Amino acid sequence: MSEEAQDGGRKRSSRQHGLRLVVVVVAMFGFGFALGPIYDALCKVTGINGKTSGMQANAEALPAIDTSRWVTVQFITTVNGGRPWEFRPEVSEVRVHPGQLSTVSFHAKNTEGRDLVAQAVPNVAPWNAAKHLRKTECFCFNNQMFKAGESKEMPVRFMIDPALPADVDVVTLSYTFFDVTESAAHKTAPAKDPQQS
Amino acid sequence: MASHDHAHDHAHGHDDHHHGPAKGLMRWIKTTNHKDLGTLYLCFSFTMFFIGGLMSLVIRAELWHPGLQFVDPEFFNQMTTLHALVMIFGGVMPGFTGLANWMVPMQVGASDMALPRVNNWGFWILPFAFTLLLSTLFMPGGGPAGGWTMYPPLVLQTGEGFPFLIFAIHLMGISSITGAINVVVTILNLRAPGMSLLKMPLFCWTWLITAYLLIATMPVLAGAVTMLLTDKYFGTTFFSAGGGGDPVLFQHVFWFFGHPEVYILILPAFGVVSTIIPTFARKSLFGYDSMVYATASIAFLSFIVWAHHMFTVGMPLAGELFFMFSTMLIAVPTGVKVFNWIATMWRGSMTFETPMLFAIAFVFLFSIGGFSGLMLAIAPVDFQYHDTYFVVAHFHYVLVPGAVFSIIAAVYYWIPKWTGVMYNETWGKIHFWLSAIFINVTFFPQHFSGLAGMQRRVPDYAVQFVDFNMISTIGAFVFFIAQFIFIFNMIGCMARKGQKATDRVWEGAHGLEWTVPSPAPYHTFEDPPLMTDTELTAVHDSGAGYSDHQPPKHA
Ligand code: HEM
Ligand SMILES: [Cu+2]
Repeated sequence: MSEEAQDGGRKRSSRQHGLRLVVVVVAMFGFGFALGPIYDALCKVTGINGKTSGMQANAEALPAIDTSRWVTVQFITTVNGGRPWEFRPEVSEVRVHPGQLSTVSFHAKNTEGRDLVAQAVPNVAPWNAAKHLRKTECFCFNNQMFKAGESKEMPVRFMIDPALPADVDVVTLSYTFFDVTESAAHKTAPAKDPQQS
Repeated sequence: MASHDHAHDHAHGHDDHHHGPAKGLMRWIKTTNHKDLGTLYLCFSFTMFFIGGLMSLVIRAELWHPGLQFVDPEFFNQMTTLHALVMIFGGVMPGFTGLANWMVPMQVGASDMALPRVNNWGFWILPFAFTLLLSTLFMPGGGPAGGWTMYPPLVLQTGEGFPFLIFAIHLMGISSITGAINVVVTILNLRAPGMSLLKMPLFCWTWLITAYLLIATMPVLAGAVTMLLTDKYFGTTFFSAGGGGDPVLFQHVFWFFGHPEVYILILPAFGVVSTIIPTFARKSLFGYDSMVYATASIAFLSFIVWAHHMFTVGMPLAGELFFMFSTMLIAVPTGVKVFNWIATMWRGSMTFETPMLFAIAFVFLFSIGGFSGLMLAIAPVDFQYHDTYFVVAHFHYVLVPGAVFSIIAAVYYWIPKWTGVMYNETWGKIHFWLSAIFINVTFFPQHFSGLAGMQRRVPDYAVQFVDFNMISTIGAFVFFIAQFIFIFNMIGCMARKGQKATDRVWEGAHGLEWTVPSPAPYHTFEDPPLMTDTELTAVHDSGAGYSDHQPPKHA
């Protein structure tokens, strides 16, 4: 093979090799985005980040109440971004038996001079209790509209699943209210159901 | 003609390969010559070190005393954020790419990088990227101030500079990816006959692995910042819990890039040190094969440890344990390397020229950073150390006397080959001692203030930390000033003022780069060289290499 032909061949194979690496780059860019769904799926399967996936309970098919056991359920509320809204639970904790349906109420008030749409995002600690806190009714299932100055009492009906690990006797349920007025205007329904992620 | 186009040249035959570079500014803009681009990268890198250094002095001046003295907290936070971005993406990474441009083709016996035009592009993107980044300082809302890690939701509060930050990161990413692709293709396609992979100099090996890390992780960073951009402007909610996303997801994506990134910043340094120590110990590198395997295992492990930056976000116990143990595992191959460097020096006939001094300081001080890393890897105690000055001390020990010292050592080591002129050894030694002493004065006290609870990224602090902070500030100012000794010494070489260098330059140097004249001609290895045993830097535990204590003969 002549030297020139050899050189030309090398040039071509260099370019091909470079292009193959560009394909890897594009694939890894995609992988970065795929990490989102992968993360959501992992959290949903394992429940490890306190997100309360699969928690909607069927009110008809309730398990037997385990009266031998008491669990304290505490409630915490936060308004994201230091907004001045009122948001608090009516009671700060309740004692329940696993399997027993209970209802608690939350108070919220839009103290701003404009209408807004809020979304409450629940979180449960400890992480291994997240799977076992089930709700039949919650203001967090949907966006909540608030007119300027409007206040609401919002019920949550929940049950602690009797399969709750034996070492857990205190469960903390936390709600954070997010202002989603802008993104609610962008799209009529939220892109993902916050319950499921 | 400013650029040297090979396809075109081959039509003329070999004779006009020996013309030099074109004159004037256009030479630098249009050049595709790996040596020109190496010089450009290095000059750019040191400019960024200067700008980033000025920012760090603003930080240190403000921390001279508790309370607010010179700048307001918002500007202080812009300084910490931009200091890190400028140093990492503008200083260290282009510095190593510059060294790769100069040395990889010469070490593997290639005439240039494999994709010279891409190479030119890759460099010239950088000045634009950093102009975008630094211009944010003059925009309403100022520069980014949420930390170089850009965690949402805080980073989304950046003012009008936000999209400029994101596009600057995209451009930096594209630039380093093109550099990485060029290194991989050059090393895998253009090695001289007889240079099998396991005969390559270690600098090429560590850069090859670094390049793969870059190709695999920079696109992930690009994805992460793109999601930030769409979250802010296009109503997506990747990282907003209100819309079903999760801010912790950003931290996972960021550190999936971020931890391999810290190895991108250190692996080429391992290569530099593995080149310099054998030269001045006049022995071959101890455990060449284990060095290669250790580098590869570090690179692999770096993908499965990322959440050690996130111990405090509320991970389940199993996650804490997994990331704690996998992180500790990295210390094993790292230890192998440190052991090999020490074994290379053991009973060598050592001399202590400036590059060797920096290389030895690297081994000691990088190890201190490795030890503090191991302390941070212990999940339960990281709850105390996280986001304190202890972390700041850790990463500055691995990055300044680690990565930056290795770049300085490499420049001292190779500049006689690049310019044909020896640097001034006396000033080199003065520079070394000032740097080595004052870098410790700067960062050692931060271990103590961190352990005692001083938070990072805050312009004010409790009075009990004042002594440690004053010491740190003095160290930082002296260290910064001392670097001008280096700059003037190197400018002296570039102006060809000084003693003429021999072709071999260092008595104990081996490798193809030392077989060409000093200064290295504009075009080297137009015809592939023949590897001889004398130039073999890779000595396998069983195989034969060059014999010790025998100064190679050269004209
Ligand atoms: C034995 C090796 C190492 C171990 C075990 C280690 C461990 C760690 C850990 C656990 C942290 C997180 C601390 C915290 O935020 O609470 C950390 C932070 C960091 N490490 Fe290392 N590290 C090692 C080597 C390196 C190297 C070689 C580099 C870079 C050249 C590096 C650069 C950094 C940086 C930049 C940070 C801080 C990132 C930030 O939060 O801004 N580390 N390291
Ligand atoms: Cu890390």
